[in-house]
Amino acid sequence: MKDIAEKVLKGEPRAIARLITLAENNELEAAKAMKVIHPKTGNAHVIGITGVMGSGKSTLIYELTREYRKKGLKVGIIAIDPTSPFSGGALLGDRIRMMELATDDGVFIRSMGTRGMLGGLTSAVYDVVEILDASGKDIVLVETVGVGQAEVDVIKLADTTIVVLVPGLGDAIQTIKAGIMEIADIYVVNKADRSGVEQTVAEIESLVDIACSGKDRKIPVLTTVAKENKGTVELVDEIEDHKNYLRKTKMFDVQRRKRYEAELVEIIRKRLMNFIFDESTFKGKVESLIDQISKKEVDPYSAADEILGKILK
Amino acid sequence: MERKIRVLVAKPGLDGHDRGAKVVARALRDAGMEVIYTGLHQTAEMVVETAIQEDVDVIGLSLLSGAHMTLFVDVTKLLKEKGMDNVLVVGGGIIPEEDAPKLKKAGVAGIFGPGTHCDVIVKFIKKNVKR
Repeated sequence: MKDIAEKVLKGEPRAIARLITLAENNELEAAKAMKVIHPKTGNAHVIGITGVMGSGKSTLIYELTREYRKKGLKVGIIAIDPTSPFSGGALLGDRIRMMELATDDGVFIRSMGTRGMLGGLTSAVYDVVEILDASGKDIVLVETVGVGQAEVDVIKLADTTIVVLVPGLGDAIQTIKAGIMEIADIYVVNKADRSGVEQTVAEIESLVDIACSGKDRKIPVLTTVAKENKGTVELVDEIEDHKNYLRKTKMFDVQRRKRYEAELVEIIRKRLMNFIFDESTFKGKVESLIDQISKKEVDPYSAADEILGKILK
Repeated sequence: MERKIRVLVAKPGLDGHDRGAKVVARALRDAGMEVIYTGLHQTAEMVVETAIQEDVDVIGLSLLSGAHMTLFVDVTKLLKEKGMDNVLVVGGGIIPEEDAPKLKKAGVAGIFGPGTHCDVIVKFIKKNVKR
């Protein structure tokens, strides 16, 4: 597997694609390759794009990518859509808005299902960011699922988090003050050709005034019409400003540390869950404990003690 | 952990009839597969590059315009050129019976015309997926 890591470091698309699949499926080879590539990561600026469904995240990413390509930068895109809790399947449709990029060899796009994760991301996303980073991408754009109020995991992952809103959310803006309205480094009001844009911008700005009082950086509120490529140049400038701010204030290292913490916790969680629920010896035990809980022969806490007692002894 | 089958559903060429492709995409989703849907007007290059980046196991092509002998074959040719031999290619749409053997020879493993039950496609993919 050293082989696949070396090919990823050379930027070969098929190796990148395969290593992502291995990471998504928790294959042992993935862990081996990730060990090789980790020292070569850290160069890409990671931009998280989040917002409600239909707010234009995919189209905005398409336009941002075109701007970055004009500057000669290489771009990796991770587009996440929900996995069905019923079938385990997913319909990944973010690429529809980005198809013009499909044959540009300076762009690599990967669609991912959430596969059971609830925070707007997917478990393997940390690996995929590292893989795209190590493959030589200057920018990595991460599109979360269309979020509601509380899917805020993207802030652990991204250097710069962009929250995309649209006009006409009205009172909804008030109700989402906690959660996604706390996580933006940059606000974008997309579809700004619609009516009500002034009110939406004003509401967000008043929110920002309170949130940023006494702080050295005021969160910018931009307007865009992504499908007409209006406002994307300004957005690229704001992202650059935020990046410089992170470097100047040393917040950059704090942010990266947060990401590695989240990644470590996720790897441990995944391995533990696999150990408990997929290892043959435990799997039978878990099943029989669930039966006993159903029959009131044992309570859930005692059942948990029994499983964890075997691991933590 | 069970490996998920990843399928690219694409509509090559100049044909705006995507209802069939969407119905099949949804059926594959409900069968537990991850379906990457690209939308309309794809070139063979776009289909194959997307298949590479998404590391799919299956490509499903849908075409109702009559250009399948050109466009389906362009895709299978390009896949071979790129060494993507392990991808299962299936096609659907309006495909005359006499074209089916030629398409199979060109590497389109299954052809599914109008009226095909979605279960048939799901079963075919599960049985013939190459890895």
